[in-house]
Amino acid sequence: MRVTQGTFSFLPDLTDQQIASQIEYCLGNGWAVSLEYTDDPHPRNAFWEMFGHPMFDIRDAAGVMTEVNACRKTFPNHYIKVNAFDATRGRESLRLSFIINRPAAEPGFNLVREEGPGRSVRYTTRAYATERPEGERY
Amino acid sequence: MNAKVEPMSSPPDGVPAAQTGDEPLDLEVAYRDSHVGEVLDSLDRELVGLAPVKGRIRDIAALLLIDKLRRAVGLSSGPPALHMSFTGNPGTGKTTVAMRMAEILHRLGYVRKGHLIAVTRDDLVGQYIGHTAPKTREVLKRAMGGVLFIDEAYYLYRPENERDYGQEAIEILLQVMENQRDDLVVILAGYKDRMETFFRSNPGLSSRVAHHIDFPDYTPEELLAIARLMLERMQYQLSAPADEALREYIERRRVQPHFANARSIRNALDRARLRQASRLFERRVGAISRQELQTIEESDIRASRVLRGERP
Repeated sequence: MRVTQGTFSFLPDLTDQQIASQIEYCLGNGWAVSLEYTDDPHPRNAFWEMFGHPMFDIRDAAGVMTEVNACRKTFPNHYIKVNAFDATRGRESLRLSFIINRPAAEPGFNLVREEGPGRSVRYTTRAYATERPEGERY
Repeated sequence: MNAKVEPMSSPPDGVPAAQTGDEPLDLEVAYRDSHVGEVLDSLDRELVGLAPVKGRIRDIAALLLIDKLRRAVGLSSGPPALHMSFTGNPGTGKTTVAMRMAEILHRLGYVRKGHLIAVTRDDLVGQYIGHTAPKTREVLKRAMGGVLFIDEAYYLYRPENERDYGQEAIEILLQVMENQRDDLVVILAGYKDRMETFFRSNPGLSSRVAHHIDFPDYTPEELLAIARLMLERMQYQLSAPADEALREYIERRRVQPHFANARSIRNALDRARLRQASRLFERRVGAISRQELQTIEESDIRASRVLRGERP
């Protein structure tokens, strides 16, 4: 099951050139681009690991793309996303975030039912991938 | 995709769409559209002397413009090699010209952003094992889309210490110079003789540097013209005797050790400004006219150690 998180996630995977163009757009707006990766696809997993520092002083997408390629080489089977942080006063938050790398096979989620008091049932989801420990999931 | 985003492969502004026929291309239009003439003119206007350097830059600009036209009609010649080496004595304008070069390359669409990152050995080479590669990559990342200016590049290679990390920086640099020629242009700068030794001991680097430009020393007349230009920019003027004193100063300073061409002149002028300020400050009585505030007198220059005949 294809994980859809962040911008463009319902589109086919972006090509390198499209990624570079998006990064160029972010840099043109003065946003700082950073990379994050994880192997826990749960939608509530808000804390991904950072890959390197946020790139505050880069002028051209080619600089970010070297980092993107380095990250993909290190984590070929992880989810990797590009974040663009807007440091404008009063905004100081992410403006754009999109996934640029995902595992070859995404096994999807298991629906877990929990019996509550009375006859109530609580539902939650659990990624099949997280049955194994971190780093061995994909 | 967002409408504002242009694909990166789109031709730079000013390139006519691909033509296959034999219709003539207007070189004049391409030249005007690239606005490269303005940069060349300002180079001529604002930089004194340096005739061979300006000639070479004009040649390179012409080559790039023609290359752009050739690509427009579908003649392929491969991306031109643009890495350069600037050699010359201190203060001959290597950094200044590098900045203009970045601008010219940007106008012609050979670098995308046209900024200049000036670095020295310290910015590229680390202190311990494993420190150099990330440091060099960091600098290269910042320079992408622009020009990387490595001042005193020969310090990267220290043959006397075989475990020096400089070699590692050179290797990473070489790799990027070769593989990402579209992304950045590297300019190596330094003194002529030491750069030659450096290139001899790093043939890989030498063969990837297409343009070797040598910066000649300035003649006394050129130095005087530079001094006048600097003063004009700082909104000062020389009185007639001060002009004569400055000419004498330049004659004497040139033959002394540690003479750094335009940089020495700038320092001398800064010291003259100091003396002028303290001369006006000492006097203090009466009103000071605008004229006095902007005039450097003979005494301000004559007070220099060089003209008083002392050792510098």
